[in-house]
Amino acid sequence: MMLNMAQAINLALKQEMEKNKKVVLLGEDIGVDGGVFRVTEGLLERFGPNRVIDTPLAESAIIGTSIGMAIYGLKPVAEIQFDGFLYPALDQLISHAARIRNRSRGRFTCPLVVRIPCAGGIHAPEHHSESPETHIVHTPGLKAVMPSTPYDAKGLLTAAMRDPDPVVFFEPKKLYRSPKQEVPEKDYDIPIGKAGVTKEGGDVTLVSWGTMVHVCAEAAEKLKGKNIDAEIIDVRSLSPLDTETILNSVQKTGRAVIVHEAPRTLGLGAEIAATISEADILSLKAPVKRVTGFDIPMPLAKHENLYLPDAGRVSRAAEEVMKF
Amino acid sequence: MRKGIVRFSVNYVQILDENGKCSESTELTNEQVKEIYELMVLSRIFDEKSVKLQREGRLGTYPPVRGQEAAQVASAYALDKKDWMIPAFRENASMIVRGLPMEMLLQYWGGDERGQKIPADQNNLTFAIPVGTQPLHAVGIAWASKIMGDKIASLVYFGDGATSEGDTSEAMNFAGVFSLPLVFACMNNQWAISVPRKKQTAAETIAQKAIAFGFDGIQVDGNDVFAVYKATKDALEKARSGKGPTLIELFTYRMGDHTTADDASRYRKKSEIDEWLKKDPIERLRKYMESNKLWTKDYEEKLLVKSGKKVEDAIKKYESVPMEDPGKIFEYVYAGMTEKLENQQKSLERQDESKS
Repeated sequence: MMLNMAQAINLALKQEMEKNKKVVLLGEDIGVDGGVFRVTEGLLERFGPNRVIDTPLAESAIIGTSIGMAIYGLKPVAEIQFDGFLYPALDQLISHAARIRNRSRGRFTCPLVVRIPCAGGIHAPEHHSESPETHIVHTPGLKAVMPSTPYDAKGLLTAAMRDPDPVVFFEPKKLYRSPKQEVPEKDYDIPIGKAGVTKEGGDVTLVSWGTMVHVCAEAAEKLKGKNIDAEIIDVRSLSPLDTETILNSVQKTGRAVIVHEAPRTLGLGAEIAATISEADILSLKAPVKRVTGFDIPMPLAKHENLYLPDAGRVSRAAEEVMKF
Repeated sequence: MRKGIVRFSVNYVQILDENGKCSESTELTNEQVKEIYELMVLSRIFDEKSVKLQREGRLGTYPPVRGQEAAQVASAYALDKKDWMIPAFRENASMIVRGLPMEMLLQYWGGDERGQKIPADQNNLTFAIPVGTQPLHAVGIAWASKIMGDKIASLVYFGDGATSEGDTSEAMNFAGVFSLPLVFACMNNQWAISVPRKKQTAAETIAQKAIAFGFDGIQVDGNDVFAVYKATKDALEKARSGKGPTLIELFTYRMGDHTTADDASRYRKKSEIDEWLKKDPIERLRKYMESNKLWTKDYEEKLLVKSGKKVEDAIKKYESVPMEDPGKIFEYVYAGMTEKLENQQKSLERQDESKS
């Protein structure tokens, strides 16, 4: 079926809820309203108010109660309405969801999924365009994924809902209504911890995730005109990170440009660059470069394009790496 | 126009007064009364011994229960085995009532995660150290039990300090909105480390906070086993019958330091402690039992010997448990170890080898 990302996520939720009676959805405006992005549209009608729950407006409670539900044996899929409102819930995620398996030596587990519309590029108000993935990736005990296509969204969310550990599922809002793609109706999953190679190439590796994968694709087109053949890796799984796929590519190309929307300092790009240099610095023909958001608060709509990496910045970085 | 639209009142319950006199029937058999007394005595011996072990360097930082035995023991005693208990971190006595082996309590306070591997047949959650975070977990547990149609109730402990945390308010709000089978048991022991109850809230009682969330709150003499038991039992039955949550403020006192790392003499007067000493929960129940022919000196002596031996046995077990294999610190982060963790585990092993 031809689906956009919002529809693909909706289908994954619906199919898993049919299959697994323990899946419950909770969040703000996800029931009657179908979610502010309509991602959960129609699910309340289908599964009823015990499984699709409109909660009071309290992010920490949405995650904190989901932890209790998961410990008890349900499979909660919680929605945080926007990236910028995740922060009140970070204490629950970091101090409890991430730790309960370890601190009870496996007696209790927390198999919950947190869905978070994330990142910028849609001219949203303040606090609606954040890229908070580093906070999650930095926390042992959590997993984090971010799809860049409808196909990956369905497969990754299905995998997240079947994972025995807490998974934060980032949904780049700019991609919700991006071009539709053929998405199988049948059940499939994409393993968490595996990156995808979305374009093969021999000269330089562009590493990115979410919206930035599409920026890299655009950059690769520009580079083609300059006889630079870029390989594109869609990291997809931010934690655990598929270092093998990244290293294999860099060993082939000898050059890497890492692209992310989150601020540069301690962004996941820093970890990837360090991993490459620790593992195989001699395969590099040039220093690893990062094209990222700046170390500033995400600008409001009028200036957000200054902040967001675009194809021009990425292709210029790739050219510099080629010239080194 | 101006008119009163909401009125509320908050009840205070005491059944057993400071002299051991009962104002109404206890709803407990003599055997149950003795069982509760014995659990309180055991808890106090365990508690005294734990503080000593810490002083001797045989235990890590430990939060003493002393003074709160009635509040902890009688409330935990009111739970059915299948009910869930969600503790804060001082509920050592509640954990003992619920069957957690004392050696596991020592193991946890001694710095070993295995002490919180709650036995599979016990519905007790692990201790929660970050103050006021666990009421939300309790709401989730109660909510899940309701969704899954299990006829149980849950009870969560938190302190007077925790009522200032946003999560505690969020928890009570959710429990009210969804009418969940949950009892909020607030251990008001008057002090959050050095901050007195009056500086946590301008409200006259903690119990009245429930009113704002749409359910009942009640203040109970927390040093009165019978009042604690009855209030908890009633609230649990109300929860099980689908009538929603209750907040019980257990009005008690922390006789000891906040933890063994604290020195309460820096911030509170001895005269205050002396006043509360007269309300000692164990002493009070003993007076009742004596006047009802449930207690003799001989019984007490035998009980002290028996309880002391149980605690000594637990200490022996605790101190004879071999250290956990170092590699285990990596093995419970996820269901399966990631490649990164496997590598870090190997690097730790190599480090160990190079040391030896």
